[in-house]
Amino acid sequence: MTALTTLIEHYNYVVTIFLMMTGLYIVVARGNMVKKLVGLSIFQTSVYLLYIEPGKIIGGTAPIIDPAFGVYSNPLPHVLILTAIVVGVATLALGLALVVRINEAYGTIEEDEIFEKDREP
Amino acid sequence: MKAIAAHLPALQVIIPLLGALLAAFLRRGTTAFALTLVVSWIMPFVAGAMLWQVLSTGPISYHLGGWEPPWGIEYRVDALNGFVLLLVSAVGAVIVPFAYRSVALEIPEDRRAWFYCMHLLCLAGLLGIAVTGDAFNAFVFLEISSLSTYVLIALGPDRRALVAAFQYLIMGTIGATFYVVGVGLLYLVTGSLNMVDIAARLAPAWAENSRAVITALAFVTVGVSLKLALFPLHVWLPNAYAYAPSWTTAFLSATATKVAIYLLIRFFFSVFGVAIDLATLPVAGIMIALSLAAMLIASFVAVFQTNLKRMLAYSSIGQIGYITLGIGLANQAGLTGGLVHVANHAMMKAAMFLALGAAFLRAGTVTLGELAGLGRRMPLTMTVFTIAGFGLIGTPGTAGFISKWYLAVGALDKGWWILVFLIVASSLIALVYVGRVLEVVWLHQPAPALVAASDPPLSMLLPLLVFGAATIWFGFDTEWTAGVAATSVKTLLAAGR
Repeated sequence: MTALTTLIEHYNYVVTIFLMMTGLYIVVARGNMVKKLVGLSIFQTSVYLLYIEPGKIIGGTAPIIDPAFGVYSNPLPHVLILTAIVVGVATLALGLALVVRINEAYGTIEEDEIFEKDREP
Repeated sequence: MKAIAAHLPALQVIIPLLGALLAAFLRRGTTAFALTLVVSWIMPFVAGAMLWQVLSTGPISYHLGGWEPPWGIEYRVDALNGFVLLLVSAVGAVIVPFAYRSVALEIPEDRRAWFYCMHLLCLAGLLGIAVTGDAFNAFVFLEISSLSTYVLIALGPDRRALVAAFQYLIMGTIGATFYVVGVGLLYLVTGSLNMVDIAARLAPAWAENSRAVITALAFVTVGVSLKLALFPLHVWLPNAYAYAPSWTTAFLSATATKVAIYLLIRFFFSVFGVAIDLATLPVAGIMIALSLAAMLIASFVAVFQTNLKRMLAYSSIGQIGYITLGIGLANQAGLTGGLVHVANHAMMKAAMFLALGAAFLRAGTVTLGELAGLGRRMPLTMTVFTIAGFGLIGTPGTAGFISKWYLAVGALDKGWWILVFLIVASSLIALVYVGRVLEVVWLHQPAPALVAASDPPLSMLLPLLVFGAATIWFGFDTEWTAGVAATSVKTLLAAGR
């Protein structure tokens, strides 16, 4: 029972880890390069959640000092993740650009077909 | 002068970063090259001045924007990263003249300025990882260097370069994301991102919640190991090195994996090792087992490669095994051996990849069978290749011998005789794959296609000769490699428990 209660109390982490594994699974299991990038994005996004969730403190308010409030949420994770989102967007953009070039060069974006075309004669 | 001296750690990153921006605006390949040359040649002076200051007066702590650590980002330079910074910037400087002809051959004119822009971005990222004392900042620099590396690889002349870059992008991003997960967990348990501060706060966190700390350690280790191509996380490396432009391969093999190794050492000995007795965890055992696998299996695979760039790539994975073996041994001699090999392998591999770049310029190929008798056509180039090859094997009188000597002493200090035999066995495999090339290049009759081949122009020959000379020089004079490495190892091991 205790294991179940821990699970329910930390359901946000369960969601995060589920997303993380989903993303990683797609990257490993799919041969289509665009789908791989989709998986990679889900994987990265789950990490944003991992950072943001603990920053929220129940009953906490925005970190602007005011005598009316005593509990503040942590703003730092948001700032960090803003940076991580930029990195994620850049990675996705570069990945998609590469896929476009690969499609021009090979006429396909399926990994096994590309390896087939490159096999040394 | 004094005003500049106070900001050296920031300049180490800002100069190449602004240089990259400028290169993007210049648009012309030749001017962008001149800019790269100037920027790259400033960096070793900055790094050298910092290392000199560190060795004479102790670690430098630079507060970015004037914000006090641990709240602000701190750039922290001690003997360890001063050494890495000087290595990366020195290699980056020596290697630049080679680019002029090599890039002109392999990169179309309209992309050359962008190529140099990406190169400087990569340099800024690598130096940033080495200079920063903030775990999250290191992630940002890791991604700056990685994203520019993907572009550099994709600019390779073969269409397979695109696929290699894509595969590296997937693996590299997974690695970086693992690293961020690890840093996030560390932040959760310690509430800090400053490496020194994390180390100080980790001991109570370890007592309270050891599972989270172990998970963080695992994520950071796997993430960084992907970047440094620790066996079996190396699969991105052979294709990336084989199909990238020749000059980029030489630069990456000498710097990119080395900086990742620095980050791993930093986390093991200055962050986790300070608070936790790592000997109670199976970290060293895993590192040593994987290092041995790299030294033997990857080197063995290298023997069967016909594309010489790919052969050297597999050899790099094997050589990285020596470095991680030193990390696994974690005693004075062993870790010194690993660190020295960071520098020694950088110059040997740079020399060999540059020699192949020169061969590609003259012969148009790096396939072993088509390079018969090349030594008689390009004697200086192939002499440097031979010297560096002997370095890889670990012949006495070359830099490679020094690293292996320290590693063997480190293994003996632990009483592990078997490791010494395995180091020798791995050297023998290196003898096979280097010897195989030397035989074809020196002893075979020159192929008719190579009649017109000759040593490359001076701009390409000079960097080659410098690295070749360094391989011999640092085989005798070890003050600047082993000496500085031993100093930094002493500090690292003293900080740990």
